[in-house]
Amino acid sequence: MKRRLRDIPWAVTMLVPSMALLAVWTVYPLVKAVQNGHLSCDSTGNRCTDAGWGQYKVVFLSNEFQHALLVSIKLALLTVPAGVVFGVGLAVLADKQLRAIGVFRTIFSSTVATSVAVASLVWFVLLQPQIGVLSDLFSGWFPVLKNPGLLNDHGTALSAVALSSIWANLGFTFIIVTAGLQSVPRELYESAYVDGAGSVRRFTDITLPMIMPSLLFVSIVLTTRALQSYGEIALLTGGGPNPQKSTTTIPYLIYGQNSIIHNNLQIKSAAAVLLFLISLVFAVVQFRGFEKRVHYGS
Amino acid sequence: MAADTVRGARKAGRYALLVAVSAVVLFPIWAVLMQALKSGPDSLDHPRSLLPVDLTFGTIRAAWDQGDLGRLLLNSMFVSVMVTIGVVITSLLAAYAFAFLQFPLKGPLFIAFLATMLVPGEVTVVINQKTADSLGWINSYQGLIVPSLASTFGVFLVRQMFLQLPRELREAASLDGVGHLRFLWEVAAPLSRPTLGALGLFTFLGTWNAYLWPSQVIRGDRAHETIQIGLERLKNSDISKINLVTGGLVVAALPIFVMLVLFQRQLVRGLTAGAVKG
Repeated sequence: MKRRLRDIPWAVTMLVPSMALLAVWTVYPLVKAVQNGHLSCDSTGNRCTDAGWGQYKVVFLSNEFQHALLVSIKLALLTVPAGVVFGVGLAVLADKQLRAIGVFRTIFSSTVATSVAVASLVWFVLLQPQIGVLSDLFSGWFPVLKNPGLLNDHGTALSAVALSSIWANLGFTFIIVTAGLQSVPRELYESAYVDGAGSVRRFTDITLPMIMPSLLFVSIVLTTRALQSYGEIALLTGGGPNPQKSTTTIPYLIYGQNSIIHNNLQIKSAAAVLLFLISLVFAVVQFRGFEKRVHYGS
Repeated sequence: MAADTVRGARKAGRYALLVAVSAVVLFPIWAVLMQALKSGPDSLDHPRSLLPVDLTFGTIRAAWDQGDLGRLLLNSMFVSVMVTIGVVITSLLAAYAFAFLQFPLKGPLFIAFLATMLVPGEVTVVINQKTADSLGWINSYQGLIVPSLASTFGVFLVRQMFLQLPRELREAASLDGVGHLRFLWEVAAPLSRPTLGALGLFTFLGTWNAYLWPSQVIRGDRAHETIQIGLERLKNSDISKINLVTGGLVVAALPIFVMLVLFQRQLVRGLTAGAVKG
């Protein structure tokens, strides 16, 4: 009992740096954002009245937020399933003891180090309608690449953003799934082989159930990243093409330079809190859905 | 004999597939690199632009001068190094308290720490930008560095490492009269070097690559801009100079690719820490 009290001064000294920083830069802004979310202020921002929790409902139901939510969900649908499938494909392809396999693994993981700005600008250059190499090489098949450009067409802009995201996330997914594959006990494959199971059966009956925890982790991370995409939108499309605002995701609605709520701190706060809750709901739903099928090694 | 031929053919098939897929994955990087290494008109002559011929550093040099990339690289380096050192120190201290000290409310406090991991940056940036503004930290190094100096992930990671160290170590040390700070510095931290390495690497990469927060706290001030947000200026210059963007991209990505190659193992270990067992 005496020990518990004697350590207190040390505990306080050692915890204060982290606690103070987290209090100021994580807890305070969350609380403040929730609070701001139900204030309504005049254009000067000085006189505010309490608009109550109803303001969250108003923001959530507004056309702008509903549109941005739809764009964010579409982006998640475009990037997550494709990203997971490609990641698993690469990992299975490289999961063999072959000479020089390390080189291929390095190549497959290489995009893990690209930042959102670098990945986005790489695709911006490749897809630039007048001089981009992809636009020049493939415009015969896809005229949209030249006119008006994949990123400038209402119908293709979001898919082009998704393409850049899928590529940028490939390295991450590959690394996680590879680690998952390596933790599958080899005996399982051997006994299945002896029982006469073909390679497809072995993949669906052994590999897939065994790597479910990795797939769950990857899909939650990828979904969160998709719902919270800001940099790729800012650099690739600026939320456009307009007037449809085809790529204005929720984060871009909140932080974008030319967003209509750019100067309204209260609405921005409410939208940010809603984004947090929406990400949380998506994570929980995926967790629940997967959990039934997940095999945590015993 | 026949079985050997089949196996050989399968192996060749897999190599062919590996090479083809690698080409697709690497294509964007290759195309940008080749364009960056050509002079203006050559870089636009597709598909010849993809061949490694007529290489020159002229474009990268022009991007370097026009984008002030030397300054931006220094800013990114300074900010990333400071944040990395800060995060390792604050994480070591808090993790030590949670792993080796006894104090009231330790359990609930730790849960409260972990809970902050759920709060995404996208939510806090709105208010943090206001806070930075009221502190006069817009367009400053403090604004870029201080908000990132504590990491819940870091505290958690280092605590887990400390809990794996034998209890007897600490007991023996306190019998010898070794204080907490000396034990932390001379015993616990050195024994946790791989974990600290992974934490440092992740913090460095994360800070170097950050986009949202720097874009909100630095508003057009070149003296403090990081390379990630500075690249955008090259993109916005006129279209005849768009190949300057490729030069800028090479400069911005190179340090990180070097790190990736040097520290691949630590990176993989850190990334997979939470994933495999769910």
